[in-house]
Amino acid sequence: MAITREEVLHVARLARLALSEEEVDRLRDQIGNILDYIRQLDTLDTREVVPTSHAVEMGTPFRDDSVCPFGDKEAILSNAPDRFEDFFRVPRILED
Amino acid sequence: MEFEAVIGLEVHAQLSTQSKIFCACSAAFGAPPNENTCPVCTGMPGVLPVLNRKAVEFTIRTALATSCAVQSKSVFARKNYFYPDLPKAYQISQYELPLALAGHIDIEADGGTKRIGITRIHMEEDAGKLVHEGEFAGAQASLADLNRCSVPLMEIVSEPDMRTPEEGGAYLRRLRDILVYLEVCDGNMEEGSFRCDANVSVRPKGQKEFGTKAELKNMNSFRNVEKALEYEIRRQVEQIEDGGTVAQETRLWDAAANVTIPMRGKEEAHDYRYFPDPDLLPLIVDDAWIDALRKTIPELPAEKVARLASTCGISRYDAELLSSSRALADFFEASVKIYGGNPKVSANECIHWKDAVAAGKISPETIAHAVEDRETGKISATASKTLVELVIRTGKPLRQLREEKGLSQVSDAGALEETVAKVIAANPKEAESYRNGKAGLLSFFVGQVMKETKGKANPKIVQEVLKKKLG
Ligand SMILES: [Zn+2]
Repeated sequence: MAITREEVLHVARLARLALSEEEVDRLRDQIGNILDYIRQLDTLDTREVVPTSHAVEMGTPFRDDSVCPFGDKEAILSNAPDRFEDFFRVPRILED
Repeated sequence: MEFEAVIGLEVHAQLSTQSKIFCACSAAFGAPPNENTCPVCTGMPGVLPVLNRKAVEFTIRTALATSCAVQSKSVFARKNYFYPDLPKAYQISQYELPLALAGHIDIEADGGTKRIGITRIHMEEDAGKLVHEGEFAGAQASLADLNRCSVPLMEIVSEPDMRTPEEGGAYLRRLRDILVYLEVCDGNMEEGSFRCDANVSVRPKGQKEFGTKAELKNMNSFRNVEKALEYEIRRQVEQIEDGGTVAQETRLWDAAANVTIPMRGKEEAHDYRYFPDPDLLPLIVDDAWIDALRKTIPELPAEKVARLASTCGISRYDAELLSSSRALADFFEASVKIYGGNPKVSANECIHWKDAVAAGKISPETIAHAVEDRETGKISATASKTLVELVIRTGKPLRQLREEKGLSQVSDAGALEETVAKVIAANPKEAESYRNGKAGLLSFFVGQVMKETKGKANPKIVQEVLKKKLG
């Protein structure tokens, strides 16, 4: 198998997912299959190939440094699960 | 056993652009909560980031000013973690392929110059701001203000080349001065537009291998960085001398208690799962662009100090004071161009009035005229000070005020003769005593003439005329 149970649980924890035992097994199988599929690339000799970060052969476009306010703060804040005045209200974060 | 410290510094500098790095929201400080937000910087689905050209140019110029190699291709990556100040749940940064590599800055250390290596400079976006309980009485929640989300930053990572807190401070100040000269960052540490984290370890002197390092955070002034480094170095040495070991950890500087304290561990915090951001194509920088930007690099602080001290006839100390701000140094140079005279006097004046210079309340002409009029005896030192204060208050030219307020002093011996004669005639007894050897009475006569002329006479000339008439 390409991925261990512990790795599945580790990734799940990083993604804040609580998985049932049954889900852990199912995901280990599924992710394992995906990794096995990708692993076919290991059979190729890529020593002379420049690593590719993107499939498109061009540089990123730019924008000029000018301000154009979105202008609808309400629309942004309407996505908040909870708000206080003009803040997003989130579960309290404990800082040391 | 003698120990030495190994210090490396990471600086996050906010780039002075108008807009954010990937969207057109304002990057200004101090707006009402969530005023400067849009679907891009709040991580709404279906939006695309578009890179701010000026932010790239500011970073390239910094790279050139610190002798870094600008990379023709760099790549933005996603740094993944969950925190309420990060609505996308990832920060766009550069990781494996940063914009610039391998530069250096020269600092003054132990009476000589020391070269501090720069490992890399990369671009990234800032996160938002959380207001916590305590700041709002009875709050059971944290409040997120996303104005700062996606404000452009560059991270400048030094080599572990510094050995003392003083060297760390010298490096930071020099770096800050360079950024301010380049006008790419306002360098304000208290407001957070120039932030520093430190990696510090200790090792027995002579040992090649590094010790285990601690990362220090939460230092919001140059002085605090130096104090935190001093404390941490002492703590690590004591730990080792007591037979213990130094733990690899992140520690926070507590400025009130003057100690570093361990930050409570998030063990998995360092598993950021970086990968190239599919929404942003590689950043391509060609030579023509770099060459064009190279032409915009001004004379940098170290060069300016050296030039002013060697060509303007002022001390290195004054040159450094003047060069602490590019505007002040420019002001000084403009001023001595108008009136050369004794540049040392002009330098002192510029330094004395530096706040007014920074506020744009006086012009190079103000100082040039004040110094010239003083050196030619047209005004007294007191009048010079009064006049500059009047210029600051009224905005009128110094020489116009000099006439309006009648602050010129009479330096023409001929014009003073009449007054002198009058004063001598009015005080025959004193004149007699003076002639009989009471030389101290000269100051009495000077005082009388000054009184008679309402302080407008040049005391030096008055003395000369008095001596002639009384002699
Ligand atoms: Zn935005």
